[in-house]
Amino acid sequence: MNTPLRRVGLAMMAMILLLLGNATWVQVINADDYRKDPRNRRVLLDEYSRKRGMIIAADGTPLAEVQETDDRLKFLRKYPNGAVYAPVTGYFSVTYGTSGLERTENDLLNGSDDRLFARRVSALITGRDPVGASVQLSIVPKVQQIAYDQLTRKNFTGSVVAMNPKTGEILAMVSTPSYDPNPLASHDGDEQAVAWKGLTAKDNGNPLMNRATSAIYPPGSTAKLLVTAAALEDGKTKDSTFTGAPSIILPGTQTPLPNFNNSPCGDGTTTTLINALAKSCNTAFAELAGQLGVDKLRKQAEKFGIDDKGSNVPLPVAASTLGPMSDEPSLYQSGIGQRDVRFTPLQNAVVAATIANGGKRMQPQLVTKILGPDLSPIDEIDPDQVERAMSAENAATLRDMMIQSEINTGGEGRLQNVQIASKTGTAEHGEDALKTKPHAWYVAFAPAQDPTIAVAVIVEDGGDRGLGATGGKVAAPIGRAVIGAYLGR
Amino acid sequence: MGSPIPVGEGTPVGSAATSTSPGLKAPTKRGTELVMLAFAAGLVTLALILVELNQERALTMRIVYLGLAYLALFALAHLAVRRWAPYADPAILPCVALLNGLGLVMIHRIDLAQKDTVFDDGTTWDPVAFKQVVWTAIALSLFAAVLKFLSDHRTLARYGYTFGLLGLVALLLPGVLPGFIAPTINGAKIWLRVGPLSIQPGEFAKILLMVFFAAFLVSKRDLFTAAGRRVLGMDLPRARDLGPLFAAWGVTVAVMVLQKDLGSSLLFFGIVLVLLYVATERAAWVVLGLIMFSGGAVIAWKLFSHVQIRVANWVDPFADYNDKGYQIAQSLFALGTGGIGGAGLGAGRPEMIPESNTDFITAVIGEELGFVGFAALLLIYMIFALRGLRSAIAVRDSFGKLLGGGLAFAVCFQVFIIVGGVTKLIPMTGITAPFLSAGGSSLLANYILVALLLRISDAARGPKVVAKPKLPQPAIADQHTVMVERPK
Repeated sequence: MNTPLRRVGLAMMAMILLLLGNATWVQVINADDYRKDPRNRRVLLDEYSRKRGMIIAADGTPLAEVQETDDRLKFLRKYPNGAVYAPVTGYFSVTYGTSGLERTENDLLNGSDDRLFARRVSALITGRDPVGASVQLSIVPKVQQIAYDQLTRKNFTGSVVAMNPKTGEILAMVSTPSYDPNPLASHDGDEQAVAWKGLTAKDNGNPLMNRATSAIYPPGSTAKLLVTAAALEDGKTKDSTFTGAPSIILPGTQTPLPNFNNSPCGDGTTTTLINALAKSCNTAFAELAGQLGVDKLRKQAEKFGIDDKGSNVPLPVAASTLGPMSDEPSLYQSGIGQRDVRFTPLQNAVVAATIANGGKRMQPQLVTKILGPDLSPIDEIDPDQVERAMSAENAATLRDMMIQSEINTGGEGRLQNVQIASKTGTAEHGEDALKTKPHAWYVAFAPAQDPTIAVAVIVEDGGDRGLGATGGKVAAPIGRAVIGAYLGR
Repeated sequence: MGSPIPVGEGTPVGSAATSTSPGLKAPTKRGTELVMLAFAAGLVTLALILVELNQERALTMRIVYLGLAYLALFALAHLAVRRWAPYADPAILPCVALLNGLGLVMIHRIDLAQKDTVFDDGTTWDPVAFKQVVWTAIALSLFAAVLKFLSDHRTLARYGYTFGLLGLVALLLPGVLPGFIAPTINGAKIWLRVGPLSIQPGEFAKILLMVFFAAFLVSKRDLFTAAGRRVLGMDLPRARDLGPLFAAWGVTVAVMVLQKDLGSSLLFFGIVLVLLYVATERAAWVVLGLIMFSGGAVIAWKLFSHVQIRVANWVDPFADYNDKGYQIAQSLFALGTGGIGGAGLGAGRPEMIPESNTDFITAVIGEELGFVGFAALLLIYMIFALRGLRSAIAVRDSFGKLLGGGLAFAVCFQVFIIVGGVTKLIPMTGITAPFLSAGGSSLLANYILVALLLRISDAARGPKVVAKPKLPQPAIADQHTVMVERPK
């Protein structure tokens, strides 16, 4: 009987081997498919029940934190002052996923990033739950708050971005209308659903969109900074002269391109470049763009980061573009920031910051430090110079021209004892541009001689001024208030 | 966690040291067993500590008490073996102890996961772990009793028919008894309720019937090979010799299928097939059995909707994810999420798998200990079954060989059926995972099985009972001459 018994033994080993093979199939080869199956809530629950890292501001103020609960998910995500920071933090929802830094920094916040590997291993040995890292931002709460207050005070739809021109650190990033991310992070499914329904309702102004990075607008006259930079780099000076006519006809068409209010520039025939920028003369800049040509404009734009490619700060930033500029009329119109030119508010802040930084473009960055669960630093993000967009001399010239522009700009909120260099824009848009309320822009930096802050402000659809809105009247006061708050004036 | 127990110790079963030289005392290897038991106790306690840390985030004295209780139970089992089966294989009991201990930890762990659960009818989870500890204690007492009172496994062969009859009665009992004693649970009427206890007589019937089949086959063995006709190149025994066997086999499997106890019927079919093969040494039986099984399976699939559901869930559990396929799908999700290293003991989500502490307990282990732990678990089962089989090979009597081989195969095949079902290798047919799953009957029956295996192993490895010394024979030359008369 021993021979058949031995064969039975072989059969038993074969059965175990089959089971092992199948377990390999399920647990090793196909494991990822099962793990990532949307119906498998284990990974999700795991992530949501882990102690997620905090998002904190430059001064240590928590922008997103966790609160222990006694329900199954163990930790509730809380956003103190949620609406002010929502465009930056984003939301963290069991049902609706994540956005903002909650999404881009997810690996760090949930503790799975490679930089946390050593800590994970030690947590494995000590048997503790892995805890996420915290990220510290460059956001300065008082700047963010004032920018938010300024926009919401009059129910503006728009955005403010403030940067440190020397480092690229983003000091404020506001988008309105905003939203409270707390209900979306609720552990109560119904509460989440109600909040989500409200936020995604069609007539609600799309509060979930971060306009600072995701919306693109025609820059209007603020694009003249770019054209001026290209002209200076091309050998022109602030005293180079261009047409001062109140209106010109676009080449090869019957379409007029007038100055604001049809007013003449300079002596009515010619104007200097410095005067053209200070008075924002459309005709001069259209002519200048025509003289420079598509290639030089585009090359200069790319040096400022307007390169039809998006970037990550680490929030994803939509691509800014000059558009195709396929013929001369469109080149002329692009010279005054119309036609198909589109900037994100962040991009316009980068243009101002680059001029402020003597022509060196810094990579905009929201995250400055990665902190361990005990808030000890794990990693620091150093300032990163992307490239030199223009020479230091030309940058200084452009700065002086912007100082003149600020002097010529109306609007309220002028600051005492602070010299601001700025440019306003009043961007037409829509099918019938003359009957559509324009977007009001203001880009600036200060103090002009040693800039520590650069801002870009956009208020959509004329804010409270309707068709008569200008960048100076609507956007400039907001920009000045933000600068004032940062400089402590 | 769960590294397999070293097996490299000791001399091979049936080696010179044990089977010859009766003058020397054969090594009992009880010390080895004790060391391995202590190792198992260490692993189980470690597992319990991890579960407590992950689930409760604190260590309480409860761990110490549970650990000590576990150690005490198996120390007593060890003493019983030392006393009544001193030569038994030393690896078998530690394997069982480890499996049983891990089962207890997982059942406790699932209790913790479910303690906040409120069911639709407003009732809450009834903790199982303590009951299972009590069952373990009862099972180990029974284990010791079998070792004490059954001093020679060959005694069982004498009562083969009695056991067979008892087995059939036990099997049929829940089916014929009224509902208040034999309630229908989860669609199967296989339980008997006596006071607060629910027992599954089928679990015991399995062993009783195995004894019957082994005894029957051994007693008729000569007839199978001698008498009969040759059909298609195969010597078929006479129908009247095999009749009782086929009758009992058929009735058993049919009853189990009708009771919707598909796992048990498959298990039983396989066991008898193996016994038949080992007894007759004819592979043709296996071929014939597999053909019969295929036919029977197709018929069952055509006839019974509950069989069709199982097959459909096997083909694609995700097709009916929200209803019938949910359990298998969750099992696969759990195993996949566990991956290679596992979620960690106490860090998985067993509450998401229905029946996680009985049929699907291996899926929970796979989730929390990962492929590594899952493989270790399977290897422990394999070591157990192979050690049992070696005892069967080494034992000298046919009945012992047949019964031992059958018992060892039974455990291995049961593991194949349940783990194969849980991992979607084969259709899921509800059955317990030996020593792991919650449930008293299965545990009691399996400990009886272990006791029988140890008894056989003890007989195999122990010193030969020396036959009565023969009287010294005088030299042939001194023999008297005997007149032999030629018959006329």
